[in-house]
Amino acid sequence: MPAYYLEALTVFLGLVLLMVEAFGPRDSKKLVGFTAAAGLAFIFILSFFAYGPEAADPGDKWDSYALWNFYAFDSLARFYKGFALVCTILVVLMSLDYRSILSRFTDDQESENGTGEYFALPVFACVGMMWMASAKDLAGAFVALELVTITFYILVAYLRRNVGSLEAGVKYLILGALSTGFLVYGIAWIYGATGTMNLEEIGRSLALVTFEGHIGTNLVLPATEGLADSVVVSLNTASPTPLLFGIALVLIALGFKIGAVPMQAWIPDVYQGAPTPTTAFLSVGSKAAGFILLIRFLDPLLQPGSPVAAQVTLMLAIMAGATLLFGNLAAIGQSNFKRLLAYSSIAHAGFLILALAAWKPASESDLGSAQSVSFYLATYLLMTLASFFILAQVRIQDGSEEINAFNGLGKRNPTLAIGMTLIMAALAGVPLTAGFVGKAFVFMLAVDAGLWWGVALAAIGAAAGFYYYFKIIRAIWWEAPADGAKPLVLPQITRTCVVAMTVATLVLGVWPQPILWLLN
Amino acid sequence: MLALLVLLPLLAFVAILAGAPARKAALAAGVANLVLGLWAATCWENDRLWSMSLPVLEKPALHLAFAFTDGMSVIMVLLSVIVTLAALLSGKAPEGRETLYYGSSLLISAGAIGAFAATDLFFFYAFHELALIPTFLMIGILGRGDRKEAAWKITIYLGFGSIILLAGLVWLANLAGTFDIPTMVRAAQEGSLAIDPAAQKGIAALLIVGFGVLVSLFPFHSWAAPAYASAPAPTAMLHAGVLKKFGLYGLLRIAIPLVPEGMNAWLVPLLVLLVGNILWVGLVTINQKRLDLMLGNSSVMHMGYIFLAIAALAAAKANGQVNDLAQPAAVLLMFAHGISIAMLFGLADRIERNTGTLELSDLGGLAKSAPGMAFLFGMVGMASIGLPGLANFAGEVMVFLSAFRNYDPAAGLGPVQIACILAIWGVVISAVYMLRAYRKIFQGPTVRATETAADLTFADRIPVLLLAVALLAVGLYPNLLLSLLK
Repeated sequence: MPAYYLEALTVFLGLVLLMVEAFGPRDSKKLVGFTAAAGLAFIFILSFFAYGPEAADPGDKWDSYALWNFYAFDSLARFYKGFALVCTILVVLMSLDYRSILSRFTDDQESENGTGEYFALPVFACVGMMWMASAKDLAGAFVALELVTITFYILVAYLRRNVGSLEAGVKYLILGALSTGFLVYGIAWIYGATGTMNLEEIGRSLALVTFEGHIGTNLVLPATEGLADSVVVSLNTASPTPLLFGIALVLIALGFKIGAVPMQAWIPDVYQGAPTPTTAFLSVGSKAAGFILLIRFLDPLLQPGSPVAAQVTLMLAIMAGATLLFGNLAAIGQSNFKRLLAYSSIAHAGFLILALAAWKPASESDLGSAQSVSFYLATYLLMTLASFFILAQVRIQDGSEEINAFNGLGKRNPTLAIGMTLIMAALAGVPLTAGFVGKAFVFMLAVDAGLWWGVALAAIGAAAGFYYYFKIIRAIWWEAPADGAKPLVLPQITRTCVVAMTVATLVLGVWPQPILWLLN
Repeated sequence: MLALLVLLPLLAFVAILAGAPARKAALAAGVANLVLGLWAATCWENDRLWSMSLPVLEKPALHLAFAFTDGMSVIMVLLSVIVTLAALLSGKAPEGRETLYYGSSLLISAGAIGAFAATDLFFFYAFHELALIPTFLMIGILGRGDRKEAAWKITIYLGFGSIILLAGLVWLANLAGTFDIPTMVRAAQEGSLAIDPAAQKGIAALLIVGFGVLVSLFPFHSWAAPAYASAPAPTAMLHAGVLKKFGLYGLLRIAIPLVPEGMNAWLVPLLVLLVGNILWVGLVTINQKRLDLMLGNSSVMHMGYIFLAIAALAAAKANGQVNDLAQPAAVLLMFAHGISIAMLFGLADRIERNTGTLELSDLGGLAKSAPGMAFLFGMVGMASIGLPGLANFAGEVMVFLSAFRNYDPAAGLGPVQIACILAIWGVVISAVYMLRAYRKIFQGPTVRATETAADLTFADRIPVLLLAVALLAVGLYPNLLLSLLK
């Protein structure tokens, strides 16, 4: 099956969901949610059978479509499409157990009428993320990214009778629009400097250019395997500055998606105000989509021999250092668990950017930056979504998202407490959990690249992380439960998901290979 | 088979979670592990029987690998299984917390054995951390006194220490290009792994501080005494007796063979710190008013001797000399100290349970009502001072001798020898606080707390005797262990 069917099917699923919402039961949106989860699961299975143009039969026409100039399908694309699908499935499942809050803060408190789109919108966002995974061209990437962002404008402000959610929506909208501006402006500068928006062609022209010529040099890119004809691009070869300016703008814009300094300011407020499943989706799905785009964007710029590699690496290293410091140090003082997770998501972004700053292509004996980042994100998905699943239930049953709502969880639900302890330990990067393996990969890359400042900041960050994640463990086990606290019982869906993710976190901590198989 | 030693406690832990009777499951695993451990000591050189390797990651190549690299791992595993069984036997879980109590002890044990048996740097580090988490939880949940404060302190200290250590290990693995410790050591011996002096110095600094925090090297020791005083007995026994040795084991296994010049570059600071351990912490120990705090501090103090052996080894290695005494001395003393401190914590727990207090001023004359306890406490107290015939003596004497191994009278006293001369005063300090504690607890007129105190019951004696036999056997015939190191 040609790979682009996946996106097409997902869009179709979204439309079907809107129909189910319109013609299905008025007062319960369970059916919409389950249809979404089942449909996405089906597409996820199909994604293992998808292939790109290289596997087309001789008689096929589709492999010569112009689409393939915009759309890549390699192991990374397949991985991140699967990532987006799994993340969306889990978010939809989380929303199913979150319906009571959704209906409380929308039109009709008694019924779920008017909450059905909450299950359809993530599917559309998922399409955007899947397309970002395949982005090969800055124009296509921009369209896909906007599809995700615009969907999120609605999802963040979905609780329309809740001031916090509306405030978060406005903040996200304003900063999102700003970052879109940065992105378009940056793409324009890059186009002006290189004469193309195709990332592959940018890479090939950077390999040939020396920046000693004139403005408006015509460069002939020889024909290669993927591209049948030679291409002529018009370059500004007088100075690398315009190109670097464009790159910096795009990096800042992507920094908004992945939650990196200097575009991190929206994260705590938006995370706190948005409905919890949306927050989870933002912090995992949207971040991962931002990273795959960043990887695709950096790949040509950091290839061996690229004349701008040193400057781009420096920009990334500065971003990584600042993000690590900001995320980890600001998290220390948090008393609200959702805000803590927000800062923690910034901190994790710092580790991930550090891995990119220590750019290394995959080799025979070692993982490259792209694989390490992908692995880290996969473990991050498990740990973060599991925490949000539990947080959503604490919110519903105790009405609080503060850390002290977890006080005495060890007595109120010991099994859940053990699970939560493992997840927090994994987030902190304790060995034998998946979180440690991811962090170890990042450290190894940074040491290998000789980014000593980065290593030192990452070590400080990891130490701070140890402190603030263990604050939760301390609350769970060492503090007494509040007076009259009832046992916390997880509903079926949440329980199954949390158990599955916790077990996966442990298994991957000892045996990380399965994720890397998916990457090959 | 070696994997079984790690797996059994983990399986028992899972069984307990699934609802098996906690104490029985834990003891079954403890006994089985002791048998396996003793068997291992007789035939550990049989590689087919005792090693396993399971690839878990293709690139970078990573194996879940266990093997007895040399006699040192055997002795450490032996120490772990003996102390584990004693800790499980001597502990008594508070009502309703059996799962947590025995489960955590099993996890600590599995982590310690895993760390001593792993030949892969990754899992060597990972298993130690596995043991730390339940330690924190046990102190925080079931500890006495100011448990939250003590638990938070040990969590933060050891967490930071672990991260510093991790940085050093990653640096080392990056230079070596492998995670397999024996391969690294072989490469270093053959000269194919040549780490330049600057990197050696950096790595050694990270390893000394990282491992040092875990072993409570002065001045990173202040977590230890409050944590041990607060911890439930089995946790204190397992951590002070076994888990803390991980740092020393790591220095001997990794730092000394791989970055000897780096270790030598830090020789003088290390010597100053270890003398701080022995003299400064020793004086602090004398000043303690509670038995549990005194024991906690004394365990910090005794680490200084083992560091002395490590320093002597580093100095010899960097100068191209042979010091065949230092490593056996360190290993022997690690074993002896592990057994004796576990026994002391076990007995202290009995004293508290039978008299209701550990304040030295509230105790007295306990020997009249509990002669068995008095005898055993006296014996292990003597061991800890270093009385001949008990294991610690052999270890300490060998440490002092190893410091003078390459002594050249013509060249005068080197830093190691000076540190050793200062360290010998530690024996006097130990004698002062240990004898004083013994006098205050067991001699003199009985007081209210001790009048009706019960003696050790038969069941109480089993774990204590288990440890006492190990102390005596090694003390009378140190070759039991030393022959493993040949």
